[in-house]
Amino acid sequence: MVEESQQGATLERGRPVTDVELLRRADWIRLQAVELIAQAGLGHYSSTFSCAEITATLYYHTLRLRPGEPDWPDRDRFLLGKGHVATGLWPVLADLGYYSRDWLQQFGKIGSPLNDHPNMRLARGIDFSSGSLGHNLSVGTGMALAARLSGRDYRTFVLTGDGELQEGQVWEAAMAASHYKLGNLVAIVDANGFSGSGPTSQAMNIEPLPARFEAFGWTVREIDGHDVPALRRTFDALPDTVSEQPVCVVARTRKGHGVDMMEKQPQAWHLGLLTPEQQADVVAEITARMELAAGAAS
Amino acid sequence: MATRKMVDVFSDIDRDTALKANPSGYAITELAAEDDRILTLTADLSNVLAEFRKAFPDRYIELGIAETNSVSLAAGLASCGYVPYIFSMAPFGVLKTAEQLRTDADYNHLPVRLVGRLSGLAMGYFGTSHYAVEDISIARTLANTTVVAPADPNAVLALMRVTANLDGPVYIRIAEAADPVYDDVPEIGYGQWPRLREGTDITIAAHGMGVGLAVGAAKVLAERHGVSADVYDAAFLKPHDEAAIAASAGRTGKVLTIEDHLEIGGLGSIVAETVARHKLTADLAQCALPDKDLEVGVPAELYEYYGLTVPGVVARALQLCGGRPPHPVKCP
Repeated sequence: MVEESQQGATLERGRPVTDVELLRRADWIRLQAVELIAQAGLGHYSSTFSCAEITATLYYHTLRLRPGEPDWPDRDRFLLGKGHVATGLWPVLADLGYYSRDWLQQFGKIGSPLNDHPNMRLARGIDFSSGSLGHNLSVGTGMALAARLSGRDYRTFVLTGDGELQEGQVWEAAMAASHYKLGNLVAIVDANGFSGSGPTSQAMNIEPLPARFEAFGWTVREIDGHDVPALRRTFDALPDTVSEQPVCVVARTRKGHGVDMMEKQPQAWHLGLLTPEQQADVVAEITARMELAAGAAS
Repeated sequence: MATRKMVDVFSDIDRDTALKANPSGYAITELAAEDDRILTLTADLSNVLAEFRKAFPDRYIELGIAETNSVSLAAGLASCGYVPYIFSMAPFGVLKTAEQLRTDADYNHLPVRLVGRLSGLAMGYFGTSHYAVEDISIARTLANTTVVAPADPNAVLALMRVTANLDGPVYIRIAEAADPVYDDVPEIGYGQWPRLREGTDITIAAHGMGVGLAVGAAKVLAERHGVSADVYDAAFLKPHDEAAIAASAGRTGKVLTIEDHLEIGGLGSIVAETVARHKLTADLAQCALPDKDLEVGVPAELYEYYGLTVPGVVARALQLCGGRPPHPVKCP
């Protein structure tokens, strides 16, 4: 939790955090998302869960941020291309001090700054709105170009789904990013293998992802997207922002990761609502794991 | 407009003819000299920016034939404090990217500018894929977007200047075939329609290449038919000049609109909606393109075919006035 007195402070890149803390944070994101979805009455569980470790690592270790000054020009940018997982981001931004946790109580209600998909005009800490898949890699390429033009050293991270890569615009952006040698741009693919209506490979095959991005002129890192040490190492080892190749992190993930019933039926929990009984079981499963991790660490 | 050949508007042109032949390329170079936030982006339309590229090589970004990426990327630049002007062919710049313009530029209130070259039937000879005749109807439904359609090169300069500092997106619809209307760069206030001629019998409103036709037709109507036309340059299609339409339609009771755009969703609709909102009794008519498959040909011939000529406008105006002049023409 960021104290009031620290709100003007900068959260630097690579700030210290243990792997256990990040794993617990990812599970905390899952619990928070479950609560928000229950409050709204409908939500995207399993795709939020597949990127919980990615979100935790970026926000509690990797990104250079200034929560008290959301428009700080030198902040690292984070774009949630797969905007339907914003329930995993709202608690994080509140926790870091972008806005009061009271905002979470309004989630899903008319007039709330926090919606199922993020809106940059309403919510502090959102660098760009999303919801229409395929746009944000273009937007992020624009931000990375802006950094070059203005001589700033911020990085731009864009988190996309793997189904999202079926959108042709993504590849227009991939071309432009390597053409303009934007080594300050990082695309992270949450490759959970599913899109809204079924396995991504059945809807429209987008593999081999590493070879495709490499062919478009990107540096590619392929990792287990739930392996927190690997995520940390990968982000810590990003080339300098003045380097000349954009980086794509293909994060192999499991849709519904961290909740047994959702891992078994990832599709059923793409969009839905847990019954109170199911929710109690899910919360118990996640909480038990968090306590175990805390016990092991102490 | 008399030419029956396709005019090559892509080639580099010298400075002396720049304003006349390539007013948007000329205007952006002027504006960029005063505002270092301005960048230009093109989707393979770099020729029209020859002068800009010479003056500001570091502020020009070529994005290839990829309009959707261009618009979203521009929105990213705009969110970082830049004012990107995308130069694109109007049909691809607006129709192909309507969702990017809406979701990334308009909904986020970002100062993205789209300069749509070769609008309307300006690329008639190339086929209907190259028509931009639905663009106004799409652009004007975007809540935060300003839509302007300059009547001639001087108006291009005026309208690009008056919209340069807006916080939201702007669509600038360039008519390549426009006859000169203004002798000098006009002063056009935001959302205002310059009144080009005062009259009492019929209101004629037009945008882009239609303004020259309106002015020419009004002259003929007055000199040969004794019809006095109240003529407006509908330079702003969003926001439009509600007061001017209401006042003039109230005075004349007859409004003719002229546009190289479909008869639905453009200026004709703007006028009809305004007349209805003000509960005015007015007869309306249009010189516009029909809501059906369009023919292919060189622009001048297409304009004739669809009545977008001075005689075409005169005939439509007389028809609206009851088939004969409202006031008997006195014989000397």
